[in-house]
Order: sequence, then C-alpha cells, then structure tokens
Amino acid sequence: MDKSTFDTAKVVISGPMHSALKHDSAHKHVTGTADYIDDIPEPTGLLHGALGMSDRAHAEILSMDLSEVRRHPGVVWVFTGKDVPGVNDVSSNGSHDEPLLAETEVEFDGQPVFAVIAETRDAARMAARKAKIEYRDLPHFSDIDGALENGAPLVIAPMTLRRGDAKAEMDNAPHRLKGQMRIGGQEHFYLEGQIAMAIPGEDDEVTVWSSTQHPSEIQHIVGHVLNIPSNAVTVNVRRMGGGFGGKETQGNQFAALAAIAAKKLKRAVKFRPDRDEDMRATGKRHDFLVDYELAFDDEGRIHAVDATYAARCGFSSDLSGPVTDRALFHADSSYFYPHVHLTSIPLKTHTASNTAFRGFGGPQGMLGGERFIEEIAYAIGKDPLEIRKLNFYGQPGSGRTTTPYHQEIEDNIILRIVEELEESADYQARRNAVIAFNRDSRYIRKGIALTPVKFGISFTMTAFNQAGALVHIYQDGSIHLNHGGTEMGQGLYTKVAQVLSDSFQVDIDRVKITATTTGKVPNTSATAASSGSDLNGMAAYDAARQIKERLVAFAADKWSVDPAEIVFLPNRVRVGETEVPFPDFIKQAYFARVQLSAAGFYKTPKIHWDRAAGRGTPFYYFAYGAACSEVSIDTLTGEYLIDRTDILHDVGRSLNPAIDIGQVEGGFVQGMGWLTTEELWWDEKGRLRTHAPSTYKIPLASDRPKVFDVRLVDWSENAEPTIGRSKAVGEPPLMLAISVLEALSMAVASVADYKVCPRLDAPATPERVLMAVERMKRV
Amino acid sequence: MKDSIRFILNGEDITLSDVHPAETLLDFLRLRRRLTGTKEGCAEGDCGACTVLVGRLLDGKLFYETVNACIRFLGSLNGTHVVTVEHLAARNGTLHPVQQALVDYHGSQCGFCTPGFVMSLYGLWLSDEKPARPAIEKALQGNLCRCTGYEPIVKAAEAVSRVRPSTLFDPLEKTRSEIVSRLWAMQTRETITIVSGQDRLIVPGSVEALARVLADEPEATVVAGSTDVGLWVTKQMRALTPAIFINHLNELQAIKTTDGGVTIGAGVTYTKAFEILAPKVPTLGKLINRIGGEQVRNMGTIGGNIANGSPIGDSPPPLIALGATLKLRSATGTRMLRLEDYFIDYGKQDRKPGEFVESVFMPYPAAGSQFAVYKITKRRDEDITAVLGAFYLTLDEAGDVNDIRIAFGGMAATPKRARTVESDLIGKPWNEETVDRAREAFDADFQPLTDWRATAEYRQLTAKNLLRRFYLETVGTPVELKRFEGVS
Repeated sequence: MDKSTFDTAKVVISGPMHSALKHDSAHKHVTGTADYIDDIPEPTGLLHGALGMSDRAHAEILSMDLSEVRRHPGVVWVFTGKDVPGVNDVSSNGSHDEPLLAETEVEFDGQPVFAVIAETRDAARMAARKAKIEYRDLPHFSDIDGALENGAPLVIAPMTLRRGDAKAEMDNAPHRLKGQMRIGGQEHFYLEGQIAMAIPGEDDEVTVWSSTQHPSEIQHIVGHVLNIPSNAVTVNVRRMGGGFGGKETQGNQFAALAAIAAKKLKRAVKFRPDRDEDMRATGKRHDFLVDYELAFDDEGRIHAVDATYAARCGFSSDLSGPVTDRALFHADSSYFYPHVHLTSIPLKTHTASNTAFRGFGGPQGMLGGERFIEEIAYAIGKDPLEIRKLNFYGQPGSGRTTTPYHQEIEDNIILRIVEELEESADYQARRNAVIAFNRDSRYIRKGIALTPVKFGISFTMTAFNQAGALVHIYQDGSIHLNHGGTEMGQGLYTKVAQVLSDSFQVDIDRVKITATTTGKVPNTSATAASSGSDLNGMAAYDAARQIKERLVAFAADKWSVDPAEIVFLPNRVRVGETEVPFPDFIKQAYFARVQLSAAGFYKTPKIHWDRAAGRGTPFYYFAYGAACSEVSIDTLTGEYLIDRTDILHDVGRSLNPAIDIGQVEGGFVQGMGWLTTEELWWDEKGRLRTHAPSTYKIPLASDRPKVFDVRLVDWSENAEPTIGRSKAVGEPPLMLAISVLEALSMAVASVADYKVCPRLDAPATPERVLMAVERMKRV
Repeated sequence: MKDSIRFILNGEDITLSDVHPAETLLDFLRLRRRLTGTKEGCAEGDCGACTVLVGRLLDGKLFYETVNACIRFLGSLNGTHVVTVEHLAARNGTLHPVQQALVDYHGSQCGFCTPGFVMSLYGLWLSDEKPARPAIEKALQGNLCRCTGYEPIVKAAEAVSRVRPSTLFDPLEKTRSEIVSRLWAMQTRETITIVSGQDRLIVPGSVEALARVLADEPEATVVAGSTDVGLWVTKQMRALTPAIFINHLNELQAIKTTDGGVTIGAGVTYTKAFEILAPKVPTLGKLINRIGGEQVRNMGTIGGNIANGSPIGDSPPPLIALGATLKLRSATGTRMLRLEDYFIDYGKQDRKPGEFVESVFMPYPAAGSQFAVYKITKRRDEDITAVLGAFYLTLDEAGDVNDIRIAFGGMAATPKRARTVESDLIGKPWNEETVDRAREAFDADFQPLTDWRATAEYRQLTAKNLLRRFYLETVGTPVELKRFEGVS
C-alpha cells in the first residue's frame, strides 16, 4: 500500500483494539535496525564512563588513592561523591539513603565509589581497576538470617494487615501447624543492560537518553544531583531491551553519572556497565523468609493465618516498602482467610538494594499462600486442588469476600477459570496417572499441580495511578502519538497506537509512535505495576476524544448536520450523506482553524489506601489465571523436566491477543526460572558470585514445558470501564509458574507416599530437589 | 612476512593491519563499522545476542557456523567470511524467511536478543532443511531470551522449515561459489604478524611455524576457540600478548579413525568432534551437546578444553576413563603421555615451555565393555558442570568386575580418577550390593568444594548416585528423563 494515501474503501481498518497486531518494532527487531541507546549514532567527542566499585560488603573508607586511575592513558576525569554538584543521592523515594557514590562507608560489594570518564570504554574500564582504596572492614550481614540474628535495622516501617483474631483462632481450630518457607530472589537479566547517554546543552540544560521505565524519575534525579530544575532536563527513551522492573529505579545512578560528567566536561558521555558490573551494582527481586502458623479444620478449610514476611531489602529502602507491602497484599493468593495477621519485616542487608521485579513482592506473597494450601493438603491427606477450591474467595454476599486489607472482592472469576482448566487439562485423570506411575517407578517420579492466580491491579501509591498522552494530527492526516509509558518489549506502544487507530478509525500505520520523552508528557509514572496500557491507553483515548469532539463540532457546523450524523468510518468520515477521506477532512479542519492537538489525561478512579491503618481499596480490579503443570524428577540427582503446562489466563477483553499471549508465555517461563534454576549465591564475604549468565541460569528454549498450551479466557470482560474492558497482563502470568514448584514438590512427596509436605523451597534447583528427596527418605 | 589479516565482511573484502590481539569481532563490528545489529548482552559467550556466522574452508569446503562475536578475536578471522544480521534481508527490504517467520509468530518482544536468534536460526536453516524440535532447541542452546518464553521462536523455526520456496533470496546460497574463490585467495601459508604498540598478534602459517613461534615465544598465549581466553579479555581485562591464533590450522583439525580409536587434532571443535564421536560412542555425543551453546561448540576445541586444565572441563573425565593419551609437540619433537598424568594440580599441567597440545588419542570402548558419562548441572543445557562422572567397565566371564575406570570432574582440583572406589569394585560381582558398598569409598577419593554451582554435600551424594545410575544402565534398567521420545 502506498503510504501517502489512505485506503478509504476499507470495511475495517488495520489495527483496531482487540486485534492480534504484530509488535510495532518486529520488523526492526529481526533486521537489527531497532536502535537501543548503544546503537544511536554517537555524538562527536563522546566520552565513556566506568564505575569504580567497592569490593567489600561493609567497610569504612579510610583513604582513596585514585592517582593511578587518573594517569591511565585516555582518562579525562575521575570523580567521587565530593564532586557531585547537587546532592550525592539517587534514592528513588526521597529518603536520601542511597549515595550516588559512597563517600565514607560502603554498604555492599559492588557499590559505586568513584567514576572514571575516558576517551574509550576500554580505557575507562581498565583505569577503574587501578584504584587503591583502603578500607576498614565492618561487620556485615548479607542475608535474612544474618540480618535477623544481628538485629539489623529495617529500611522502612513494617506493615501489618489484620482482620479478626488470628491468635485466638489458633487455639480454637481443630488443627494448627507452623512452618517456614525460603523464597529466593531473582536477577532481572534484561538482555540490554543499564545504559545512559547524556548530552550537555546551553545554560543548565542536559538531555539524557536512558534505558529506563521511569523517565520522570531520571529527570528528577538528574536535576537533584546537578542542582538544576527539572525544566532543564529532558529524558528520552524509545525502547528498552527488557526491563521487568529492573529499570524502574536502577537506571538512576548511570543517568546521574553520565549527566554530571557531561555538564562538567561539556561533552557527550555514555555509561554502559559490563554485565557483571550491572549485576553486582543493581538490585534484584527480594528474597523472603516466611514464617507461618495456620489454623484449619478437618475438611481443610482455613480458619486463621498468622505470618511474617522477612525480606532482604539491601542497603537502602528504594522500593522495598511497596514491594514488601505487595507481598502482604498477595499473601492470600486466591483464598479467604477468616482471621488473619500478616506483618512485613523489611530488613536492611549489606547487599545491592533490592528493587522492583515483575510482580513486585506479589509472587513471594502468593507463593507463601500456595505453600499454606500444600501444608494443609498434606496434613489431611487430600489433593491440594480440593483444598484450594474449598478456600477460594466467594461471590458477593457469601461472606467470604473480604481481603486481609479490607477490600471487598467484587469481580471474582477464579473458580470458573480453575474448573475450566481442570477439565481442559484433564487434571483428575492425569493426577491419577501420575500417582500410578510413581507407584511403579523407583527412581523417576512425577508430580502435577494446578494453581490459581489472582493479582491486584493498581499502584498501591495512589498518586502514581495517573497518566498523560499527547496526540497531534498533522495537515496530511498522519497522527503523532506520545504518552508517558515506556516500551520495554511488552507491546505497550502497539496497544496504545491501536487505541488511537480505533478512535479515529485510521489504519495503524498512520499512527507514528514516538519515543517517550519528559518534554512532551510531564510527571509520568513508572511503566510498572502492569498498568502501562490501562493508564496510557486511557490517556490516549482521552486525547483522541478531545480532538474528535472538536472535529465533530467543526463538521456539524461546516456541513450543517446534526453531530450524531458524523461517523468515523475506516479512513474516512461520514458527514450526513457524504463521505470525506480522513486526510481531506483533517485538511479542511485545519483551514477552519481547529486545534488538532490534545493532551489527554487519566487517573484511576475508586482507589485509596491507608497504610498505617492497613485498610482501603488499593486495587481497581483483579486479574485472574490458572496453570496446570506436570513434571518428572530424577531422585538420584534431583534433575527434572517440565513435561507439560496448560494455562488459562484472564486479560479481560484482550487489547491484542498476540501480545497478551506473548506476555503470558514469557511471564510463565520467567516465573519458572525464578522458582527452578535461577539462584543468587553470595559467599561468606557477602560477595554476589552469580553475576553473569555463566553462573546465573535463566531458562533456555529447552527448559520450557515440553507441551505448552496457553489460552486466554475468552469470556472475560473487565467489570470496570478500563480501556476496551481489557485487563493488565504484565505481571500476573509470572505467578502461573507456581504450578511448577508445586508439581516438583508432589514428585518429591511421592518418596514418602505423600504423607509429608516436602517444604520444597525456591529456587528448586536440582540440588534442592535432591536434598528434599533425601529428607523424604528419612521420614 | 605478512602484516595484515584479510576476511570478507558480508559482501566486502576487508584488509586490516591495525588489529590489537585482544580486539573482538563484536567491537570491530559495532565500534569500527557501526554495524549495530549485533548486540552485546554478556561479553562471555553465554547469551547469544552477538551471534554472527563465520564461513570457513575446511577440506576445501565452505561451511558457515554460528559464533559469539563477543569472544571471537579479530585476529582469528583470516580467510573467513563474517556474516551479520544486516546481510540477511534482500536489498529491496524483503525479509529472509527466517526473519519473516519470527515476525509472523510474534517471536520478538524487547527485540534485543532477536538478531542473535535470527542468526542462530539462520545457521540452522542453512544446515537442516526440516529441523525437528530437538534440533531447534539444540540450535538455540546458546541464545537467551528473557521476554518470550521461547515458544513463538520455536514455532517460527518449525514454520520456516515448512516454507522453502526455490526462488528464495538467500544471500549465502546465492554467493557460495564466488565466496569460495574469494576465500581461497585469502588463504596463506605465510605467518602473519601484526604489531600494535607493545602488543603483537601472530597467525602462524602452519603447524611447523607454530612450533617455531612458540619456541621463540614460550610465554605466548595460544588461542584456539577463544571460548575461555576470550573471557580473560572481556572480563579480566588481561593483556593478550603475544597471542598466537591457531584455529585456522587445518592440520590441527584432522580426525583420524582407526579400528581401535580415534585421534582428534587439538583444533577440532566440539561440533566436529560430535560428528565423529556420537555415532561411535552415543553417551559422548550426548555430553558434547550439553557443552556450552551451539556457538561455543562451533568455536571451542577439544585441545583447548584439555590444555586449559580446568577441573570442570567436560572432555577430560570421559577421555581419562577411556584411557586416552595426549600428544604434545614442540619445535624439538613430540611426546606422548597418559591424559590423566597431564593434570598435576589446580592450574598446573605437564606442559613444558614451547609445547602445545597437538592431538589426543581416544581408544574406543572395547567390545563387551560398558561406558557412560553423566553431566550434572543446575540448568540442563549450556551450563558449567557441577559434577561430571565417567565410567568404563569390563566384566569377566563370571560377571565380576574385571576392570573399572571412574573419572570425575567438579570433585577435585583437577579431573580425577576415583581410585579407591575403583579398587573397591574390582574383583567383586557387579551387583547392587557391591555398588552400594562402594559408596563409602567416594569419601576417601573426593573432598569436593562448596560453591555457587553446588554444595560439597550435593556433589558427593550425586557422585555416589551416578555410580548407581551407571550400574542400573549396565543391567538394562536405565534411569532417564526424556525430553523427547528417544532423545534424552
């Protein structure tokens, strides 16, 4: 099709909402022409930065001799915290607990203490190794146990959720049990590492390209470290090579360092850490230690839950408050706890500051909830699925709809999803077959599990639930789209473009998707909490609505027709009896001096949250799903395979089924990695030793389930008036992978004839599986 | 003496006389040529975002292999054809079928890994018309994707095998004969030496020249596949001078088979070794396919795997269990030694200054013997060994153990025989009781370490259990997880 003309004979446009459109950059991805920040043509005179990093978990800095660093050929500038023109702090929450460059004390191995700027990246990296830093070691605690034993401080006040009287119910219920679960952290392993490039401008101005999910925060931080107002800082990002939460706050330091050096040296500066430096210096998913006590009856119905959630937060608070809060919000998984008492323990540790990661604490909370179900199921000798169904939240009016945070669940569809999947995956017959197989197999054992997902959608920080978009229509009818969301691969740009395509009824290739920039849409929220298309889709819809209202008013006036007789048809507008091609229509509107640009805005209704009271309505709605996984383990080595996974997932009325299926598949496999082979390992000196793909093992193609069937719930519509009645999809599917851990657990349990809950912790590496098998042998 | 290297980059002849020995192909592509389609994801050969094809002549035939540009040195490319993602689509913008399939099946999300996947799938497309799932997964062992969960990528790979129009534009099929003649013209028997500042890189024209150079420069680093040495540069920022590149020496890539065994040249890659060993010794074939990813197997060599002396290198234990011998060469001649004697201590091997590994002789398992090797890792594919056990058994007529050789990797400072276990078993009836009794002997042979790959406890327990697995296999009750029917 000729790109300069609009096809006005069409019955339907290409790319309306709900169509399975390709990712807008797919063609560029496969040809290698999609530019990431390191691919942008470099400005003349570009300099390169490298980090000088601490090699101690906790120490006082006695002296820093950087003379050899400065003397290294090609080095232009070496700087420390003292050289920061503004405030030496990059904390994302304003708590000033995260120095950009540590000055007197280092609090984790890998913490940046100085920066080198050189003519080449190699020169900067080599020079950085020549520092002579004298330390006095201080006691360190790098894990949860160490932190608890040493009475480590908390990085933020804990949160407590309470309803009923859990402690009293423990004594009253027919059964009670205590247990503990360890849940490992996770490295994001975005394929494109952290990177920032800064170009100095006139006066106090600076422009930064940053691989970030949160351009407005980068803008704020750069202003903060340079002591300049936000209006002097422009932050751009066209796309990231993956984010997963790891670029919500963790890009701050690299952007800040590049901007400081660029302003000081009046040259463009790029900061791109090596993979190992990236993994050592930046935070990860929090690992958790969950201590729980459960009360339940003979049927397996939960009476009370009392649990604490200790988390390794790292040396600063970063996002640990909202992350540990969200763990508590999801400690109920899909279950009604009549009496409940939950407390977070956000521990300070001498490790990189843990941060956002797809699910944001929710996965850890939910995994604990599923462990509770397993405990009860093994304690009373029933199929865990039976216990699940017994404990699901009920429908409104059932008296079983109140969450531990006192929000009422009004849109509950979990039972229907689970029952449909149970049927389509042939769960009962396969479970029987698995049990029969295990009876006859001495060394290879199988397990199967069907687990639910219920995930609350909205930022729990109410202010973040707002978004803006900027839409222009040019005289030729082509449309320019900008919004505050960022593209990290999740297809947000495509979905929001579909909203505009749909609104104006023009083919999607008429909509130009432009890089996110703080100069066009201000005060944006991080593209996080699965909220990207909910918020930005609605903001773009609002902008389109404004322009369309003006266009309708203009046309009604010009052609003297009733506004109701003006209809946007594919690539044309019907005005009364006549049809005008869209570009002609726009041209005429231009000549009539109609404003063809609008800033759209959206804020999520209904939600509010009172953290101190532990009460409110933090979530606008819930997304649901269920997965059934079958696995085989080798009880001689602990090795395993995922034989089959069936998924049924709820995205409301999908904005783009192709993209949503991709999110579900990818989220599941990423969650599977978290729960199986992805293990973070610190040595006794508090040094992370798994800081590259050679030592940190994310799933490969051959790790995904041998049979992998993923479907979207085709009857679901969001009960709330979201964009196209769709639901968020980024985070919820990650937790479908809990089915894998529980299936492994069942295979282990077979060794002791399913009489004992194996308490298989995460990640279930072959080693953890084998050791659990050994424990079962000793039962 | 020549002072430049020559190769073809996509369509263009390249001659370079300003090559630093530690300059990687990836930096050359991205920094010097601004070919930014090839990405850096890890700079250690594990993620595959930098995958390119390198075409080379072996025995007069041109074939293309995927490699990791991040750890491939520019100095190792003389006389080759480097193909990057920018070369695939037709001039008019028509995508190659491999690219089109990835688009059609939604195989990219963030897109950063995608050019690497395109190149790995293209490598597969060139070599396998109808790849089944195991072949696709094998071709993708060296490519990490964090977004898609791989399902759409695998589906794209399956789909592309079904559509293969004869009129198709394919940049390499179309130019094959022309490229062969251009590459022929670039081959040289002269030694290339390039000096840049303090640093030198040497590309010897022959094995004799290699021996002479090494006699003059005993401290030089010999670089074959660079799957290990590459990381010295990208991770440790070590200077690499003088560096001697040997991966083009066809003499070192000879494989000679006799009735009794096979002599494998030190420069034979894992991929080429697999072709010859897998049909003869299937258990070795399985092992080789779990070493690194495809790109690493296309670069890494059996000789390098031995020469670097790693305690977790995967080929020494099975070779030791089979009784392999090593041939070392220097300017003054050659000497043979038993492979197990080559490993003296951690980081210390019996290789004298000026010597290099020329070949290894691996006897085939004798008729009636039993042989197996098992690799235990955290992630099944493309992972470094936690424990690797190799077992070679012969029974006498009574069914007693006549001889058994057991060698482990990951259990000690070097690849090591389980001598106590062996002597515990020899002469005993080969049954479950004997095997169970021998478990204790492992504690005399091995005191493994705890690290991020495994705890000492897990290593020891697994080592013992592998003996049991071997026993079960020898008596016809194998314990196997099967990802695909007939394929483990």
